[in-house]
Amino acid sequence: MPSATSPNSKTDHAITSNKENHGNRDQTDASFTKDVLESDVPVLVDFWAEWCGPCRMVAPILSEIAAENEGKIKVVKLNVDENPQTAAQYGVISIPTLNVYKGGQVVKQVVGAKPKQALLADLAEFL
Amino acid sequence: MTTEVRDVIIVGSGPAGYTAAVYAARAQLSPLVFEGSVTAGGALMNTTEVENFPGFPEGIMGPSLMTDMKAQAQRFGADLRLEDVTGITLGSQGDLHQVIDGEGRSYETRSLILAMGSGYRELGLPDEKRLSGHGVSWCATCDGFFFRDQDIAVVGGGDSAVEEATFLTRFARTVTLIHRRDELRASKIMAQRAFNDPKLQFAWDSEVVDLQGEDKLTSVTLRNTGTGELSQLDVTGLFIAIGHDPRSELVKGQIALDDEGYVLVDHPSTRTNATGVFACGDLVDHTYRQAITAAGTGCSAALDAERYLAELED
Repeated sequence: MPSATSPNSKTDHAITSNKENHGNRDQTDASFTKDVLESDVPVLVDFWAEWCGPCRMVAPILSEIAAENEGKIKVVKLNVDENPQTAAQYGVISIPTLNVYKGGQVVKQVVGAKPKQALLADLAEFL
Repeated sequence: MTTEVRDVIIVGSGPAGYTAAVYAARAQLSPLVFEGSVTAGGALMNTTEVENFPGFPEGIMGPSLMTDMKAQAQRFGADLRLEDVTGITLGSQGDLHQVIDGEGRSYETRSLILAMGSGYRELGLPDEKRLSGHGVSWCATCDGFFFRDQDIAVVGGGDSAVEEATFLTRFARTVTLIHRRDELRASKIMAQRAFNDPKLQFAWDSEVVDLQGEDKLTSVTLRNTGTGELSQLDVTGLFIAIGHDPRSELVKGQIALDDEGYVLVDHPSTRTNATGVFACGDLVDHTYRQAITAAGTGCSAALDAERYLAELED
């Protein structure tokens, strides 16, 4: 939506709060290296934005998958509107994009909202 | 496995499904509504401003309209589930119909309202899947943001294509609208808006025949539909809006469909050729395809189902 697409200055904040309704920890450009790239377990990063309808649909499904697979995979969200650098760095030009990072590398990419069963199949190797 | 028996199950949650839910719920039928796990709200969830839905003189955002319809259905007690339907088995001659959800749960129902809508049509090009999410997109509201100051294109000539193209000029440097014919199918008001937009260009009589790009889309090949001449258009984004196909796969072979897969109904009712099964919205309509017409037939379907159930009791 038009008003939400203006650049935002929140990118400078190091760590974000966990205020998002779905309970997954929010990432920022600044916290990405530590929380995602240096993580011991695989991390699924949900690249999303407020104005993306399918993103809102897939978020609760990802929360369920995270809750059911605690310790195996971490699920975090990155708001592309507020954190454009990381999205650009990983060439994300469509949302939702779900990237799985392992040892600092993207090892899996899922583009677009999918039903839970389809996501579970896509992510099977990490669950 | 336990199976619940319902009076009404509604499959789908666009304007047709939610309107059917509002009417059926107000009629005390406690409808069970399968909204879809990632498609709840239907096609309008991916649109921006809806200017022609009566009752909203200033227009309303598509997602807001759908959220309100959902809330209205909820208010009257519709049982809404964010679940997909993966199987439908129609009963013959007034037998119960069976519905299976994405988790494998089974439900039975005396009447069934089909409102699955339609899905985006693809170009059918070999590299389309590979470049999907990497420049090829079906959702301008989702992905337009990423194409700031870039040259991009939209394929199609109807209202959705023109609306997307106009929306995308907010971000892009230029938007080329690629259309097979030499005039737009879109409504006059949309077309006029497009012609007045300085960032919008037109590739008339053209179809996309090839996509280029390694990791990301870099260009598309166009063929002139008259002369057959090929040309290359350098774009980093291609938004596809060439229409929709009805989502009738789940009932194919069990119910009468037309050649294009739309469910056939006994106009002006919403009765299908299966007893107790009603269909509405874009699943049956290849003519009007508007939010308001879908809502209208959703209402009819609920009233038809209500009457059918009343007759069963007699």
